Amino acid sequence: MTTQELPFPGLAGVPTKDEPQNRKEYTADQEVRWCPGCGDYAILAAVQGFLPDLGLRRENIVFVSGIGCSSRFPYYLDTYGMHSIHGRAPAIATGIATAREDINVWVVTGDGDALSIGGNHLIHAMRRNVNMTILLFNNRIYGLTKGQYSPTSEPGKITKSTPVGSVDHPFNPVSLALGAEASFVARTIDSDRKHLTAVLSAAAAHRGTSLVEIYQNCPIFNDGAFDAVKDSDTKTDAIIPLEHGQPIRFGGPIDDSEGALGRLGIARSSSGGVEVVAGNSPDVLIHDAHNPDPTTAFALSRLTDAGVLHQAPIGIFRSVERTTYDDGARQQVATATAGQDDSSAALAALINGKDTWTVL
Amino acid sequence: MAKQVQQLDRVIIRFAGDSGDGMQLTGDRFTQESAAFGNDLATFPNFPAEIRAPQGTLPGVSSFQVHFADHDILTAGDAPDVLVAMNPAALKANLHDMKPGTAIIVDSHDFSPRNLIKAGYEDNPLEAEGHGSLAEDYNLSVLDLTGMTVEAVKEFGLSRKDAARAKNMFALGLLSWMYGRPTETTIDFLTARFAKVPDIRDANITAFKAGWNFGETTEAFVVSYEIKPAKMAPGTYRNISGNLALSYGLIAGGVQSGLPIFLGTYPITPASDVLHELSKHKRFGITTFQAEDEIAGIGAALGASFAGSLGITTTSGPGIALKSETIGLAVMTELPLLIIDVQRGGPSTGLPTKTEQADLLQAMFGRNGESPVPVIAPQSPGDCFDAAVEATRIAITYRTPVMLLSDGYLANGSEPWSIPDVASLPKIDPNFATETNKTVTAKDGTASEEYWPYIRDEETLARPWAIPGTPGLEHRIGGLEKGDGHGNISYDPANHDFMVRIRQAKVDRIADSLPPLEVDDPSGAAKVLVLGWGSTYGPIGAAARRVRKAGMDVAQVHLRHLNPFPKDLGEILKRYDAVMIPEMNLGQLSLLIRAKYLVDVVGYNQVNGMPLKAAELAEAITDLIAATHSIGTTGDVHAHEAGTTSNKETVK
Repeated sequence: MTTQELPFPGLAGVPTKDEPQNRKEYTADQEVRWCPGCGDYAILAAVQGFLPDLGLRRENIVFVSGIGCSSRFPYYLDTYGMHSIHGRAPAIATGIATAREDINVWVVTGDGDALSIGGNHLIHAMRRNVNMTILLFNNRIYGLTKGQYSPTSEPGKITKSTPVGSVDHPFNPVSLALGAEASFVARTIDSDRKHLTAVLSAAAAHRGTSLVEIYQNCPIFNDGAFDAVKDSDTKTDAIIPLEHGQPIRFGGPIDDSEGALGRLGIARSSSGGVEVVAGNSPDVLIHDAHNPDPTTAFALSRLTDAGVLHQAPIGIFRSVERTTYDDGARQQVATATAGQDDSSAALAALINGKDTWTVL
Repeated sequence: MAKQVQQLDRVIIRFAGDSGDGMQLTGDRFTQESAAFGNDLATFPNFPAEIRAPQGTLPGVSSFQVHFADHDILTAGDAPDVLVAMNPAALKANLHDMKPGTAIIVDSHDFSPRNLIKAGYEDNPLEAEGHGSLAEDYNLSVLDLTGMTVEAVKEFGLSRKDAARAKNMFALGLLSWMYGRPTETTIDFLTARFAKVPDIRDANITAFKAGWNFGETTEAFVVSYEIKPAKMAPGTYRNISGNLALSYGLIAGGVQSGLPIFLGTYPITPASDVLHELSKHKRFGITTFQAEDEIAGIGAALGASFAGSLGITTTSGPGIALKSETIGLAVMTELPLLIIDVQRGGPSTGLPTKTEQADLLQAMFGRNGESPVPVIAPQSPGDCFDAAVEATRIAITYRTPVMLLSDGYLANGSEPWSIPDVASLPKIDPNFATETNKTVTAKDGTASEEYWPYIRDEETLARPWAIPGTPGLEHRIGGLEKGDGHGNISYDPANHDFMVRIRQAKVDRIADSLPPLEVDDPSGAAKVLVLGWGSTYGPIGAAARRVRKAGMDVAQVHLRHLNPFPKDLGEILKRYDAVMIPEMNLGQLSLLIRAKYLVDVVGYNQVNGMPLKAAELAEAITDLIAATHSIGTTGDVHAHEAGTTSNKETVK
């Protein structure tokens, strides 16, 4: 994982606080109302634990959410927040982030909220590269409406709305984000607190839109959707850790001894994508998250199949620098307002225009 | 040959041609000349939704009507006195509006068999003679304007096509001579407009002058006309269109409140001008965001409002439909937000470039739940400025989304505007919350100071507006029902009932801040009141004048505020025996007035995409006055008793 030193470019312009802060200060007085065992608890705990470390003034942080189980998130953080309407959080956050350089903006959304009803706003936020961090809780099911399939559910999924199996094809959120020109795309898992925190930190550090897909278990309507990447029996062969500058290796020990992990590796395939090879192959790719060309990142994202997660790269797929919409928009306004002070006189000049006549 | 000069008090000219003929520019220049001369005026541009409909066809006809006078006038006029038609389609498309004897100046150049067929003429109407012919029914002048233009500009070596394009300036020059318009503004305009292409600049100026000179020397026109400047109230004036005045009003709202403006919007006819205009004025701290769709436009604007900007979204009816859910969120979160609806013909895509007032009920009720939104409307192009400032005042003072209903007629029409003194504009205090506002005592007796986002101002019932970055006031808002005061999620039945009622009460409170209505009832003897809203102000006023000129009494009231209604409206309605409501819809204000005041109003309804005609409306008012008198002492006229009026107009 790439770890950047504070101050983060993504937080430039946001006022900081010298005194250390703690988790309690970031915890709102509202009772948390998710189902017992929901993956959201782990994510909330990670965020509450991580935010104080950013050293920002708490009043300069805004969490925006849409509708869905995950979208209750802002109520549980003692920052500014808006629990908005279904799918629109990225649009609302765009307004906040563009209007105020001094605000650190977060969006909390789910697979239904972000990828179904709000798909348009999500892709356009990433295309514009508005400075915000989007946490996409992907539980591959509609929880709040009690168990319909979602745009990330696997084909054939049996749910209340698909009693004989879904004939819908799912999105791969990472592929979608890369296709939408996102400058920062990562994936992490609700149950891996350390990885989750490291990815959140890198996402906050990034200036522009950071999209973080979080595999999140719904114990009520889709329990076990991520077992392959969570069970100790299978996860070493399922999780493909991505670390910038490191060979992409995964799987159990190379031999039967208790040696280093990495029996398998990822190399370029003859078809132009990537494929699994032996871990000791000289062709194993060195992960380059900063590659301006998203082709390899996209190929890596395709290792995750649409059905059961036999394999899933975890970590930062892409992190590149690109001009942000909000910085650009503010710069234009700053240039136009520089040295101007008397707005009333300017308004009078404006409304008078050039062609006037006077009646005495 | 000596030319005569004849005095007129007012003239209505309509320029009509193909979409590519520059008729809007021609009309606009004639308007500016008339404004500079000091006439009162009103304009009505009318153009197709297609950018370039097939050349020479009826759907491709674009026109610009300008009414100018030596006295104050209220509309662009019903029937033109002069039609300038640049091709067969323009003649055919506009002839039905011409009364017999109208002066018609036709460019004969394009009356080829092919173009006549495109326009649907079997024979050349310019060559017809005898009963029912143009030559007999109208004061027809057939001129080869294009040919004369090409001849006049040949020294510039332009292609024939480019040379012919200056024909609109030739026509403008001719009409400018005929009506004694000053020429400097047009020459200055052309000089600036085509500064980078000297050939085109010189050709246009030459064509313009040639048109003028042709009028002066030809024997075809022996009379020119003089329309003296109008006597207008003292002040400095300019000509202004509704969309420009609206843009300036929004900027003024930003300046007067000291808030940065954030416009989140999506292009749509006829509202896009406001985006174009505001995007030019970043100097006032204005951010314009062209969003991916209508929903994102208002979403970003609401986000900016949450963050302490003056959030604005601009659209037309179809866009309002898409924004409805976010308007509801603004109602629930009680944040200031301006929603500008420049109405056009509907439903669905409807008539994008034509005018209509059929979004009133959508503005009032087009959301789920009890979702009250203040609604205001401008009554003339220049009034769009004041309406925008007023919308800003209400939005910020009462922490509420406000709907401003302009329309296509106001947006594109123009009139002389008495430029307000900036110092006279109201100051609008955003009054951001900076302190905690609630002392909370815990069970153990310890007191703590908190910020409660839904504690209300006693006078306005508005909630405090604490923006991110304010320490100690961190809070969460959203679309779920709020607990009274603390604003946390509440599903309590009694609380919901209370919150629904207090959101309504807050909007109703706005009426406390409104001035008394102006009742225009010069004799004080009127039995019939004509009540209107929005752009029908001009036609209603002009119709009322006609009725009074004919010796009858009629009163007029025009509403700026449609929600809430002014407090004195109910009492005023009851003073009259009959109330007529003319609207460019099937009776939306009528419905609201009937529901609220139990007054059996008479509708006058026209939904043809065009402004009301004063003469027709005057007839309907006259009929209603007659019906009211015939009822005599009962003092109450019911709709069916004036049924001939309402039925006739409803089916238009």
